[in-house]
Amino acid sequence: MLSYILRRLVTGLVTLFGISVISFFIIQLVPGDPAQIQTSQIADAAVSERVYQQLRELYGLDKPIPVQYANWVGKLVVGDFGSSFHDGRRVSAKIGEALWPTLSVALLSFMLTLIISTPIGIYSALRQGGGFDRSVSTGLYMLYSVPNYVAGMLLILYLGVKWDLLPFRGMRSDGYDEMTTLGQMWDLAQHYVLITFCFTFGNLAYYSRFIRQNLLEVVRQDYIRTARAKGLGERSVVLKHAFTNSLIPLISLIGLTLPFVLGGSVILEYMFNWPGLGRLYFESVLQRDYPTIMALNFITALLVLGITFIADLTYGLVDPRISYEK
Amino acid sequence: MARSYWHITWRRFRGHRLGMVGLCVVAVLFLVAFLSPILANEQPILCRFDGGFYYPAVVDLVHQVPGTSLIIQKQRPYRLATFDFKREFDPERGDWALWTPVRYGPREIAAEPLAGPSGRHWLGTDQSGRDVLSRMVHGTVVSMKVGFLSMGIAVILGLVFGCIAGYAGGIADLVISRFIEVVQCFPAFFLILAVLAWFPPSIENVMIVIGLTRWVGIARFARGEILRIRETDYALAARSLGVRPAQLVLRHLLPNALAPVLVSVTFGIAVSILIEAGLSWLGFGVQPPDASWGTILRSGYENLFTAGHMIPPACVAIFLAVLSFNLVGDTLRDVIDPRLQAERA
Repeated sequence: MLSYILRRLVTGLVTLFGISVISFFIIQLVPGDPAQIQTSQIADAAVSERVYQQLRELYGLDKPIPVQYANWVGKLVVGDFGSSFHDGRRVSAKIGEALWPTLSVALLSFMLTLIISTPIGIYSALRQGGGFDRSVSTGLYMLYSVPNYVAGMLLILYLGVKWDLLPFRGMRSDGYDEMTTLGQMWDLAQHYVLITFCFTFGNLAYYSRFIRQNLLEVVRQDYIRTARAKGLGERSVVLKHAFTNSLIPLISLIGLTLPFVLGGSVILEYMFNWPGLGRLYFESVLQRDYPTIMALNFITALLVLGITFIADLTYGLVDPRISYEK
Repeated sequence: MARSYWHITWRRFRGHRLGMVGLCVVAVLFLVAFLSPILANEQPILCRFDGGFYYPAVVDLVHQVPGTSLIIQKQRPYRLATFDFKREFDPERGDWALWTPVRYGPREIAAEPLAGPSGRHWLGTDQSGRDVLSRMVHGTVVSMKVGFLSMGIAVILGLVFGCIAGYAGGIADLVISRFIEVVQCFPAFFLILAVLAWFPPSIENVMIVIGLTRWVGIARFARGEILRIRETDYALAARSLGVRPAQLVLRHLLPNALAPVLVSVTFGIAVSILIEAGLSWLGFGVQPPDASWGTILRSGYENLFTAGHMIPPACVAIFLAVLSFNLVGDTLRDVIDPRLQAERA
């Protein structure tokens, strides 16, 4: 077990190194650096050039790229992502601010997805080919094909603008600070509704179909027949014997999708004016804010690798047959 | 032999009603895209003007094929940017015209801005007074082009690298597989955005970038298939007959690996269409005077309170395109996978 964890950690570090090198070079090699963008407004050519050079020196852009990369890694090791080129604030502070809005929506939507799709998946599997199974799967399939930003636009248009039911800009209404605590919570909750829905509905079809499919495969196994044969109730057979055994692929699916959910969605966050990671990334790209872009790339990659790793480890917990020894 | 395999696949495919519906919608979208110059154009299909016959919209149709502008050109007055046929049109002189179904070009400023749907403009007009229906029709071209061409790029790259990794193995496999893993660690949209930020936004760049990020999935599929097929008896037979590696891969392994790749390509087209519309919405794709479903959606978003009428048509179009490609892909998967077939029987 320990050797497996060590092996995984080493390969993970190698991959992480590769990712950081690639993104560093993609970002640096292409034209249009932040100093250029910030000086493009200065009319006087000589002044513009001087400020440009000073800015490049300040940001360390005048050094060769490998040196810049080494500096970046050196700071990273002590947990320092540097300061933003755009507003000079600490990158960690900027990300820290954007983390909660994205994370809260992601977790909320994730919980909703599991809570709704698990019973649907189990029930459809039990009544395979029945009316419920067919109508729900068709309905969810249609939903699955609705892109989340398309749904977002329609929801904003009808629920937000035409019928004026729910807010759709940002996390808080104007005058949030004057509200009572209860009022603030209610306001916050209202702002969460539309964006959380947009993150959730598409996954419903995917997850419920996935759960149904796995359960169907498990139900055919001999030990299920044994469980039935020894006279166990259908409830116990399905929930205890079948469902728990269909959890392994579900964990790997969660492992595969969670990091992408955590990354937020550029379009949705931009559309709902949501101050999350996706919007921060989009703005950083526009501003050529190298430290912020690098930090976000790095964190996303870390999340992907980390969560896949945790998912692989949990297999062992769910399924004792899996051994990590070679 | 290969032909009969695809023949069987097609026969099975026809049995799936939803898949056929999806295929029909895809065909319609294709037709709309191809015929867009004679469906929505500010110049007529055929007209009599000042004693002569002209067919400007037909020339536009032909011009969709690259290179044809060297062979055929619009006749004199229609070629000029300043020539406005609608203003010069004079029935008294004996002028008549066979108009396209939508009489407005995608960039033509035809009416007052942000007008709601009316008899003249079925889907209303946008913030510059351009006909939304005409822009929707021409937006189809962008979506179809991006969908197919970007996946074309992805397929070529994916098959080449997938075959090399799967067949050669060893160092090549190790390097390519690692690289695929690294690329897959980035959410595709982030990667695309990061790359696109450096290039002037245009539909060509969008296509290339989508293609460059989508090939890894195909490469992984192809690699897996080649690995599997390489061990089959007929591959062994071919090898023992002395078939050279390149020929073995191209003639014997690849054709049998194509089916699962085709499935992932179909889904890939839906994703590409989605990404293109999203990028255009963000301002990184098709640029404003040109029409795309994404830019129309963006115009609607920017004028939410005054002109919501632009949003539903673009939403429906994107939804239909994605749904139909998904349906075709799903059906194809069911049809191709013999294991599923056995279960159903």
